[in-house]
Amino acid sequence: MINFYPGEPQEILKPAQTGFVVFTLLMALLINLLPWAGWGLWVRPDFVALVLLYWCIDQPRKIGFTIPWLLGLLMDVADGSLFGQHALSYTIVAFAGIALHRRVQRFAITPQALHAVPLLLLNDVIVLVIRLVAGSDFPGIWYFLGSLIGGLLWPLLSFVLKLPQRPRADAGHA
Amino acid sequence: MEHTPPPFFNTGPSPLTRLLIFSVLSLALLIADARYKHLDAIRQVAAVAIYPLQRIAAAPASLLSRLGEFFTTHSALRAESARLAQENLASATLTQKTRALEAENASLRKLLEAREQQQTRNTLAQVLYAARDPFTQRIVIDKGAQHEVHNGQPVIDATGVVGQVTRVYPMLAEVTLITDKGHLIPVLNARTGMRLVLAGTGVRGVLELQFVPLNADVQKGDQLVTSGIDGIYTPGLPVAEVTAIEPNPLATFSRVACKPLGGVSNNTRVFVVQGSDALPPRPPEDSEQAPRGRKGRKGG
Repeated sequence: MINFYPGEPQEILKPAQTGFVVFTLLMALLINLLPWAGWGLWVRPDFVALVLLYWCIDQPRKIGFTIPWLLGLLMDVADGSLFGQHALSYTIVAFAGIALHRRVQRFAITPQALHAVPLLLLNDVIVLVIRLVAGSDFPGIWYFLGSLIGGLLWPLLSFVLKLPQRPRADAGHA
Repeated sequence: MEHTPPPFFNTGPSPLTRLLIFSVLSLALLIADARYKHLDAIRQVAAVAIYPLQRIAAAPASLLSRLGEFFTTHSALRAESARLAQENLASATLTQKTRALEAENASLRKLLEAREQQQTRNTLAQVLYAARDPFTQRIVIDKGAQHEVHNGQPVIDATGVVGQVTRVYPMLAEVTLITDKGHLIPVLNARTGMRLVLAGTGVRGVLELQFVPLNADVQKGDQLVTSGIDGIYTPGLPVAEVTAIEPNPLATFSRVACKPLGGVSNNTRVFVVQGSDALPPRPPEDSEQAPRGRKGRKGG
C-alpha cells in the first residue's frame, strides 16, 4: 500500500507545494476574516487552526513554529484581541500536530478527524483560559461548537488540500 | 514523511525547545499587552499588513448588499423616497427650530459669560464587520487615523449612542459597543436629571445602570441621555431606555436593566463624533503631562 520508492513525485511536488501551503493558509486567514456574525460566529471553526493542523500533520517539516506564531499575531490584530493569545494557541496546536503526525497519518480520514477535534478544542481552551484570566466572562458552551464543526469539515478539507497532489500520488494515498 | 530520514531534528533545536521559545514569546506579548500596553507600534504594523486581506474579506458581503440594493423594486424605492421626504420635512422643521434655539442659547450664554458649547463634527463611517470574537462586543469601521478618528471618540447612529472608538489603526478603527462588558457611560435620567453610570453587560441589547440607590426615582420607560461630564460624550445624546427595575432589599443598590436606543449591533453606517476638544484643562494632579505634578509626586 505504501510505496517506499516514489522518489520523484515528492521532489517534483515540493516547490509547488510550499506555495500551495502558503496559499491555503492565506485563504484560511481570509475565511476567518469574513464578516461572520450572529450564529455564524458560533458555528464557524477557526479555519486557520484547522488548515494549520492539517499541514502540521501532513507536511510537518514545511510548517515549523514561526508560521503559526505569525499567523496567530495577525489573527490577534484582526480580532483586536489581546496580543499573543492566538499566537500561543496556534503554536501549541502546531506542536501537537507535529508531535502526533506519524500516528495520525496512519489513520483513515474519519479517525484523523477524531484526532483533530481534541486538538482544535485545545486551541479553543487556550484562548478561553487567556480570556478568562484577562477578565472576560465564559461565553457559553456553544463556544466549542466551532471545533466540532471543524472536525466534520476535516474530510472535505483533506480532499481539497490533497487535490494538487492527486495526479502524481498513487490512488492508495487517500 | 516516513520515506526520508528526518533531518528535522538535526536542523536546529528540538520541537519542544521551539515550542517553549514561542510560548514564552507569546506569553511575554500577552503580559506586555495586557499590563503595560506597549505594543501599539507592532499592532499598527501588523494592522497595515493585514489591511488588504480585511478589505478583500469584507468585499463579498458589501457586494451582496449592493446587489440587493440594485434589485430593489420600483415600488419599494418610491415608498422609501416618500418616507424620506416626509422625514426630511419633519427634521427640517426641527433643524430650523434648533437653529433659533442655538442662537438664543449662544446669546444667553454670552450674557451669563458661560463657556461656549463645543461644536461637533460628524464623520460618516461604514461598519466593515463585527469583531469575530464571542467574548467582546466590537465593530470595525472603515475610518481611521487618516480621517482624524481618535481614541475615545463617541460613535452614534441616527437614534442613539452606539459605542466608543477604542483602538485606531491608520485606515480602520475599532469601536467598542456600549453593550460590551466593562464599557461605562455617564448618563443623565432625562426625566429627573439624576446622574448615573450605565454599564454594558456583554449581552447583546442589555445594559445595566450601576449604583442606583434603592430610593432613587427611576421608572420603567425613563430615557437616559449622555450627561457629558466626562468630556468625551457630547451631552444630550440619547443612549438607552429603562426596561426593568428589580429593587433588591438585601443589597444597597437596585438592579436596573436598560435597552440601548441606538441600533447597536445592527448598523451598517455610523457617525464618529469628532471635535470634543474644547474642554478646560484638568486639574494638575490628574494630568500626566503636567511636569510639576509629576515631579511633586515623585519627590513625595
